Amino acid sequence: MDDLIIEFLTETNESLDELDLDLVNLEQHPNDADLLGKIFRLVHTIKGTCGFLGLPRLEKVAHHGENVLGRFRDGDLEVTPEYVTLIFECMDRIKYIVAELEANGSEPQGDDSEIIAKLDAAYEGKSTSDIGTSEESAPADTAPADTAADAEKDKPVEQAVLAGTMSQEELDALEAAFANAPGPGEEAAAAPAEAPKAEAPKPTPTAAPAAPTEDAKSGGDKSVSQQSLRVSVDVLENLMTMVSELVLTRNQLMQIQRHSGSDGDSELATPLQRLNHVVSDLQEGVMKTRMQPIGNAWAKLPRIIRDLALELNKKIDLQMIGQETELDRQVLDLIKDPLTHMVRNSGDHGIEDPETRKAAGKPEMGTITLQAYHEGGHIIIKIADDGKGLAVDKIKAKVLQNGLASPEELEEMSINQINQFIFKAGFSTAEKVTSVSGRGVGMDVVRTNIEKIGGSIELTSKEGFGSTFTIKIPLTLAIVSALIVEAGGERFAIPQLAVRELVMTSNDNQVETIKGTPVFRLRDHLLPLVSLSDLLGLSNEDSLIEKLKSAPTSQDLDDAEHAEESNVISIEKNKKRHEYIVVTQVGAYDFGIIVDRVFDTEEIVVKPVAQILKDIELFSGNTILGDGTVIMILDPNGIAKRTGEIDSAETAATAAAALAHASSQDKTSLLLFAAGDTTPKAVPLSLVARLENVDVSKIERSGHKMVVQYRGQLMQLVPFSPSVQVGTEGEKPVLVFAYRDHSMGIIVDEIIDITEAHIDVQLEGENRGLLGSAIINDKATDIVDVGFYLQSTDQSWFKDHDDTPYASAQQSGASTDHKSAHTKGKQRILLVDDSPFFRNMLTPLLNVAGYDVTTLENPTEALKMCDQGAEFDVIISDIEMPGMDGFEFAQKVRENSNWQSTPMVALSSHATPQDIDRGMEVGFSKYVAKFDRDTLLATLSQTLSEQRQLMKEGA
Amino acid sequence: MSVEKSNFSTNNGDQVIDQSRDFLTVYIADQNFGIPILQIQDVLREQNVTRVPLAPPEVAGSLNLRGRIVTAINVRSRLGIPQTNDNGAAAHSSMSVVVEHDGELYSLIIDKVGDVLTLEDENFEPTPATLDPAWRDVASGIYRLKGKLLVILDVPKFIDSVNR
Repeated sequence: MDDLIIEFLTETNESLDELDLDLVNLEQHPNDADLLGKIFRLVHTIKGTCGFLGLPRLEKVAHHGENVLGRFRDGDLEVTPEYVTLIFECMDRIKYIVAELEANGSEPQGDDSEIIAKLDAAYEGKSTSDIGTSEESAPADTAPADTAADAEKDKPVEQAVLAGTMSQEELDALEAAFANAPGPGEEAAAAPAEAPKAEAPKPTPTAAPAAPTEDAKSGGDKSVSQQSLRVSVDVLENLMTMVSELVLTRNQLMQIQRHSGSDGDSELATPLQRLNHVVSDLQEGVMKTRMQPIGNAWAKLPRIIRDLALELNKKIDLQMIGQETELDRQVLDLIKDPLTHMVRNSGDHGIEDPETRKAAGKPEMGTITLQAYHEGGHIIIKIADDGKGLAVDKIKAKVLQNGLASPEELEEMSINQINQFIFKAGFSTAEKVTSVSGRGVGMDVVRTNIEKIGGSIELTSKEGFGSTFTIKIPLTLAIVSALIVEAGGERFAIPQLAVRELVMTSNDNQVETIKGTPVFRLRDHLLPLVSLSDLLGLSNEDSLIEKLKSAPTSQDLDDAEHAEESNVISIEKNKKRHEYIVVTQVGAYDFGIIVDRVFDTEEIVVKPVAQILKDIELFSGNTILGDGTVIMILDPNGIAKRTGEIDSAETAATAAAALAHASSQDKTSLLLFAAGDTTPKAVPLSLVARLENVDVSKIERSGHKMVVQYRGQLMQLVPFSPSVQVGTEGEKPVLVFAYRDHSMGIIVDEIIDITEAHIDVQLEGENRGLLGSAIINDKATDIVDVGFYLQSTDQSWFKDHDDTPYASAQQSGASTDHKSAHTKGKQRILLVDDSPFFRNMLTPLLNVAGYDVTTLENPTEALKMCDQGAEFDVIISDIEMPGMDGFEFAQKVRENSNWQSTPMVALSSHATPQDIDRGMEVGFSKYVAKFDRDTLLATLSQTLSEQRQLMKEGA
Repeated sequence: MSVEKSNFSTNNGDQVIDQSRDFLTVYIADQNFGIPILQIQDVLREQNVTRVPLAPPEVAGSLNLRGRIVTAINVRSRLGIPQTNDNGAAAHSSMSVVVEHDGELYSLIIDKVGDVLTLEDENFEPTPATLDPAWRDVASGIYRLKGKLLVILDVPKFIDSVNR
C-alpha cells in the first residue's frame, strides 16, 4: 500500500477517534464555537486529504458532512441532537470506508446517496425526519454488505466509545437507533447522551485494547495503522538524551577498565564488551527513530509546482531524485521551508514561459531537478533548473541601487561573486511581485536558516542555461564531531564541520604581526588569526601559571612535557614557539584560531547552554566529554563575528573579490638566468619558447651577426650583454623566443631556476634591455625586456617596422610624459591580442610604465566586458586576430555606447598607410607598429593627455 | 522528600504565607541563609568545575551532574562577600546546593550546609528596607531564630539577578 495512504489511515483513524469524543461533547455544549471549529477542521482535513489521494467516495461523504458542520460553525444551523446523530452517521460511514480501505487497499463499492441526501437536507435546514421514510430501507438496501463489514471491521472505536462492554448485536441495535432516530424525539437524544457518559472516564485505555481484539477477529491481518505508532518527538528526544548519557557512561567505564586491568582479563571485560555492543546498537537504533526520508519534506512540492505552473502558464516538470535519503527529523524540519521556497523560486524566476523557451531553443517543458544524496556525513541537496539563470545585469543594477557595492568593486567581481548578492536581505530581482515570489525576502532567510544548522549553500548559474543551488547540511544535529583544543588552560570543542585544517607553525614560518594583529602565511595567502585565549579573556600568563602549578602534582607524562614546554616559553618569552592554528571556515571567510594544544576529535552531544550564558555568542552549546568533564562548544560564526566579520555573505564577496584582485596581479612563472654580471635576470617563462644548449662551434657569423642553424632555419643569436663571453668551444644555454614563424635566441651564461613570483618592478631599468629590478626569491633581480632584444635582431619581426608609425613623431616629446601616470591613479588599459606572447610581453612593459593592464585574448570577450560595464582609459587592440579582427572590434566598440569615447590604439605588424587609414575610419585613434614599445608608450601617454584635455573641455 | 506544604510562592515575593515550612540552612562566611527545601535537588561536595570564559563574574563555571550540565554560581560573589574569610585565608567553597530554575539546573556554591529547619510563619519578617540592595533583591524575608537571623534566599530571583 502506498505510504501516503498508510499515513492517511493512521491519521484519519486518530481524527475519527477524536471526532467521536468531540461530537459527543458538542451535543452537550452545542454552542461551543471552539469545539465546532475543531470538528469542522478535522472533517475538512479528512476531506482534503481524500481529494488529494483520490478517494472519491470518502471525499464525497466527508464533503457533505463538512457542509453541515460549516453551517453549524457559521451559526446558521442550530446544533440539535438530531443533527449530531446525523453527523455521527456520517462519521460511521467514513469509518466504514476507511476500514475497508485499510483492509483491501481500495474504497469499497457502494452507494452513499441516502446519507448524502440526509446531510444535504440538514444543510438546507430540514429535519432529518423529513426524509425519514427512506431511512428505514436505506441501510438495508444500499449497504447490507456495508453494515456487515461495518459491524466486523470498523467497530473498535465504537467499542471504545461504549466502553467495550457491549456485544456486537447491542452495537448494531444501537447503531440502528442512531440511524433511525425518528426526528427530535427524546429517545434519540438519550442514546448518544448515554455514550459519552460511558466513555468519558477512560476513552483511550479502552480504545487501545479494543482495536487488537478486533484485529484478531478479522483474521489476524495486522491493521496498517497498527504497524506504525505515533510517538511524540519529546519522547524520542528524551530517549536520545538518555542514550547519549549511556554512551558517555559506557565510554567512562571502558576507560576505567583500560586503565585498571593491565592484561584486560578482568572479569569485567566480557560484560563490558557486551555492554559496548548493546549500547552502540541502541544508539544507532534511537538515531534511526529520528531519521526520516527527505521525501517527507518534498511531498508537497509536486503540488506547489503544479499550481505554480498553472498560475504562471508555464510547463514545469519536477524531478525528484533520492527521496529515500534519510536525515534527522530536526534537520528535516529546518530545511523544509527553505527548500519549498527555493523550488518555488526556481519555478517562478528560473523557468521561462513556453514561448520564451521555444525561442531560446529549449524544450517547452522546463525541468526542475531536486536531488538528495549522502556525502561524507553530509546530505547534499541540489536544486537545479534549466531556466534562464540569474540575470547578472539585473543583479548588478540592484546592487548599485541598494548601494551594496561600488561600480568599481562590481567590476572586479566575477559573475559568480555577483550572483552571491541574491543571498542578501531585501534582494529580489523579480520585476514584479507575484503571489509566489519577488518580495525580496527569501534567499537571505534561506541562507540564514541553512547556516544556522551548520550547513552551507552554494550557487552556480549560467545566464540562459539555468541555475543550480547546492545545499550541504549535516546529517544530524544531535551528535556532531568536534575537535577538542586547549587554550588558556581550558578545553574547548570546535565543530569539525568548520575546521578546514590544522597547522603548526615552524621555525621558518612563524606567526607575524601587523600592528599587533597576528597573521600567518598559509601557502599562498595571508590568514588572519585570532588567539583563542585572548578572545576568551584567558590570558596566557594565567594559563602558564596554571600549567606550572599543575605540573608537579601530575604524574602524567603529557603534563610533564607540558610543564617543560611552559618553562621554555617563560624563558624564551613566546619566541620561537610552535603555535597550533586551527584553520576555520565560516562561509567563504577563512581565519585561523591560535590554540595552545590540540587533542583528538570526539563525537559530542550538543546541549544548549544555560540561560545565564546565552548572551555569550562565542559558544554554541556545551557538552560532556567521555571523561565526564563539561566543555564549551565554540561557535565559529560567533568567533568570526567577534573578529569583525559580521556578514558572511558579504565576507564571501569581499574575500572572493580579494582573491580576484590577487589573481589579477597573479604570480608569474619566471625563468631565472645569469648572464654577464652577478645579478640574476628574470624573464617571463611564458615568453620563452624553448631552452637550448647550443654548441658554440656551430655558431656561424654572418656580418656582425651570429646565427645558428636551428630546425632547418637560420636563427639569429644575440648575447644577452656584451659581457657574455661566447667563446669558441663548448655549449652555451640559449633562450629561444618564437613568434609565428620567426625565432631568435639570447645567449646567456647559465640557467638558474624557474620560480613563481609576483613581478613588482621597483626600480625602473636604466639599461636598454631591462624593464627594471624586482625582488624575486629575496634577491634583486633584473627583469628582462624581451622586446628590446627582439627589436635588436634585424630579421624583421614586424615587416613594416620601418614605416613611420602614425604617432612616432611625438615620441620624443611624450617620453617623459608617461611617467606622470605613476603619480596619478593608475590608468587602466585593456589589451586585446590573440597572441599570448605579446600579451605576456606587453603586460610587464605597460605595468612598469604605471598602467593597470587587463588583457583579453579576443574582442568577443572584450565586448562582453564592455556590456558588463567595465571601464578603461585606453584600449589597445591587435588588428590581425582570428574571428573578429581589430577593425571589426573597433567598429563594434564605436557603435556601443559604453566605450564610445574610449580612445583606441591599434597594434599591428601591418602598418601600411592604407591600413592606418582604415583604422582611423573604423575608430582607432592611433596606429602603432607592434613592438615599437617606445612609440607605444608615447602614444599611450599622449592619447591619455588628449583625453584628459577633452574631458576638461567637456566639463 | 515528601513535604505536604508545597504552596510556597517565591515567584512574586508574595509573603502572605501560613503555617510552617522547611528550609535548609547554609553558611556563607558568618551569615546563614535558608533555602526552601522543596527547591533543592541535590547537595554536592566540591566538584570539578569547567570555567566559562566571558561569563558574568558570579558564574563559576559548569559541571556535570549525572549527565546534566549544571551552571555553578558563586553565591559569595553575587552577594558581595569577599572571597576570603575574616582570617584572610581563601574561602574554601566546599559545597554547593543544586536548584532548578526554568528547567535548568544551577549549583549555588556556598561554604557549608547546616540543618534542615522547620520554621513557623509567625517568626517570619519581611526583608528590612535598609538592607544592602544586593541582598534585599534576592531575599524573600527573614526568620527570627534563637540567637540568630536566617535570611531566606529567593532562588528564582537570585538566579535572575545573575542573569541580568
